[in-house]
Amino acid sequence: MIPEIGHYALVLALSVAALQAAVPMIGARMGADNLMMLAKPLARAQFLLIATSFITLIISFVLTDLTVSYVVANSNSTLPLFYRISAVWGAHEGSLLLWVLILSAWTFALTLFDKPLPLKLNADIIGILGIISFGFLLFTLFTSNPFDRVIPPPQSGRDLNPLLQDFGLIVHPPMLYMGYVGFAVPFAFAVAGLLNNQINSAWAKWVRPWTLIAWAFLGLGIALGSWWAYYELGWGGWWFWDPVENASFMPWLLGTALIHSIVVTQKKAIFKHWTVLLAIVTFGLSLVGTFLVRSGVLTSVHAFATDPARGVFILMFLAIVIGGALLVFTFYKPDAAQEPHGSVLSRESFLLTNSVLLSVATATVLLGTLYPLMIDALGLGKISVGAPYFNTVFIPLMAPLLILIGLGQRAFWTNDSFRRLSDAAKYPLLATMILALGTWGMIDDTSPIMALFGLVLALWVIFSTLAGQIRHYRSSKKLITPYLGQSISHIGFAITVIGITLVSSYGLEKHLRMSEGETTTFGGYKFRFAGASAISGPNYNGTEAIFLVHSENKFEARLAPQKRNYHSGGQTMTEAGISPGLTRDIYIALGEKINDTDWSVRLNIKPFVRLIWLGAILMAFGAITALGFGNATKTSHQSQKSNQTNTTTKISE
Amino acid sequence: MRQLIPFSIFIILIIFFAIGLTKDPRLIPSPLVGEPLPVRQLDELRTAETTLLTSNLIGSSFILNVWASWCAACLEEHHLLMELATQDAIPIVGLNYKDTRQDALKWLYKNGDPYLQTWFDPTGEFGMELGVYGVPETFFVDRTGTIRHKHIGPLDRINIAKAIDILNAEQNSSL
Repeated sequence: MIPEIGHYALVLALSVAALQAAVPMIGARMGADNLMMLAKPLARAQFLLIATSFITLIISFVLTDLTVSYVVANSNSTLPLFYRISAVWGAHEGSLLLWVLILSAWTFALTLFDKPLPLKLNADIIGILGIISFGFLLFTLFTSNPFDRVIPPPQSGRDLNPLLQDFGLIVHPPMLYMGYVGFAVPFAFAVAGLLNNQINSAWAKWVRPWTLIAWAFLGLGIALGSWWAYYELGWGGWWFWDPVENASFMPWLLGTALIHSIVVTQKKAIFKHWTVLLAIVTFGLSLVGTFLVRSGVLTSVHAFATDPARGVFILMFLAIVIGGALLVFTFYKPDAAQEPHGSVLSRESFLLTNSVLLSVATATVLLGTLYPLMIDALGLGKISVGAPYFNTVFIPLMAPLLILIGLGQRAFWTNDSFRRLSDAAKYPLLATMILALGTWGMIDDTSPIMALFGLVLALWVIFSTLAGQIRHYRSSKKLITPYLGQSISHIGFAITVIGITLVSSYGLEKHLRMSEGETTTFGGYKFRFAGASAISGPNYNGTEAIFLVHSENKFEARLAPQKRNYHSGGQTMTEAGISPGLTRDIYIALGEKINDTDWSVRLNIKPFVRLIWLGAILMAFGAITALGFGNATKTSHQSQKSNQTNTTTKISE
Repeated sequence: MRQLIPFSIFIILIIFFAIGLTKDPRLIPSPLVGEPLPVRQLDELRTAETTLLTSNLIGSSFILNVWASWCAACLEEHHLLMELATQDAIPIVGLNYKDTRQDALKWLYKNGDPYLQTWFDPTGEFGMELGVYGVPETFFVDRTGTIRHKHIGPLDRINIAKAIDILNAEQNSSL
């Protein structure tokens, strides 16, 4: 009975989505206020219906209802409760339901803050979100219904993929989808703005907070995924340039460009084309990602089980939604009266260059990800593109980006001079050089030149940001949240770069054979293999080895890497033993058993690897800070006022 | 018409995706495809005292279906195997993987037994040698005992037909 309620709610949600897609937009074309006003109740009703549906699916999993085929395929009564709940989004059907739930939640949130928006623009935004929701609900119901029954029920469920039985999986997909799907909001703003010819400063001001929130979530989601891969896959890597990782990374990169471009459109009412195009393409990349992950056109460790009908559906949907939006864009003619561009040396020029660099970086990732598919489509064979390609093309694009961040955030709007800018840059530059050379010399005299290079660039960003922040605080006598948020995010980015630089330059790895009781010295630590014993968990058996790690004068850690065989079969899972630390991780993965006492073992020392994720958290935190919650009320009043005058002039026109 | 550029690029991308959908990236030649089926001695599941050499079927092509009673997706493809067995088109051999004899027999009793022989691999050792990655998995072996094709996941009509075509094509070319 419970699954039927969920199914029914989903069908109702589909009809509500159809209304939400049609009624407000028709109202906007006819100028019928009463139809446009329906946007809000329809969006809210849809959210309630999808939430109901989602909750019933959770209940089916908690009760392990084996008449529901999706539960049978992904859960098991021996699975711990946490994983039974997270198994809801552990495979295609349920994660798609999570997708639409989050989309409707974003739309619901939009209806809470729609006060400043003109009625027509708002009706179009909600209508466009309704179209997207309609498409995905149709997709869920017709190709991927999580409420399908199996009669008669099997004796037991198949169990959740062991790789996914982990805390990381509980939180990673929801975070990621919050970001992915969140970019639907700027997308809807962009298309609605084009339809109403209302791409202007006010539009940029409205769309900015939504973009920042989506970007922050996506960044956190990616970081969580990276962290999960690090400890769960047992390879010790934190990023693999896997097609599915790239699928989430591309919207983030382009979303970064979008955030910066929006600021220029807001402040100077220029770059309108560019901002709108970025908003459309960013969400387009989210949909492309969905297509790549769920259609089976690319192989990846993350790809879902596939069915060709699903691929065809998403592709058609992608073609209609993004193709339609790009067509609208093609016919867009902005107001003739554009503010003139400032001089070559100005904040906006730096921001434009930044946008271009980030877009090129996105394009290289897209090319690398799609290259195997294109070669296959052209009948030229099967190839795979790996990390060497991405490292070769991606890193050189990040270097100028880091240099520009340091300069750009110090540049004045409209007009700046080379002399003033170099004056502003000289102390940060000096500090960078001293500190970078100092640390570089201290670490090791055979240090790779790449390490120095990465450190210099990252420290440059940090010092330059700090100098800018101090100067800004002195002149305005208070902390302005958008500026503070920007500084936090830039420093976060630099910290991530430091982490990547240090772990890839100074990380140590050793494969060896160890027998019980043996001690080995590696990377300045003593590792004692105390022994291995059998273990058994709720749904797996395995072996746990104990290692005691000492540094020169003290006990560092007791690590217990495991190998697990889940009852549901499949590969053996490796659980790495990790002793985390800000300055270094000690990471042990258990390999194969050689004989009764000997094991193959992999030891890793990962210096400063935590900085990679710490930086990512700071970036997201900066974005949230920039929203300006609890900002001085005076400024928000002022901006509201200027906003009102803006709209009144529009109306009088 | 500069503004038409994004749309044009997008259309090209869509065309590539559409072609990509018609290809199956999982058709990556597995390392064992083209190699002989490893020869081992295994117990027959249904009669405990019988042991069989995995080479006993050389001379006729057959389908080797890896299954287990705990595997839900195996049930999904089972009716197809039953159907194929009644057609007598090609012998089907089961490899019962990481299972107990009792559960496996119960499962066959309940769902029907399409297998000419069922090799019993309770420890998963033979499966490991075959590179079994997840159950169900199906190998298509030709009359010389060479693995010609491997399918990961539940079978459907289309990929059974495709794989049998591959087998027939190989046979015709080697005759």
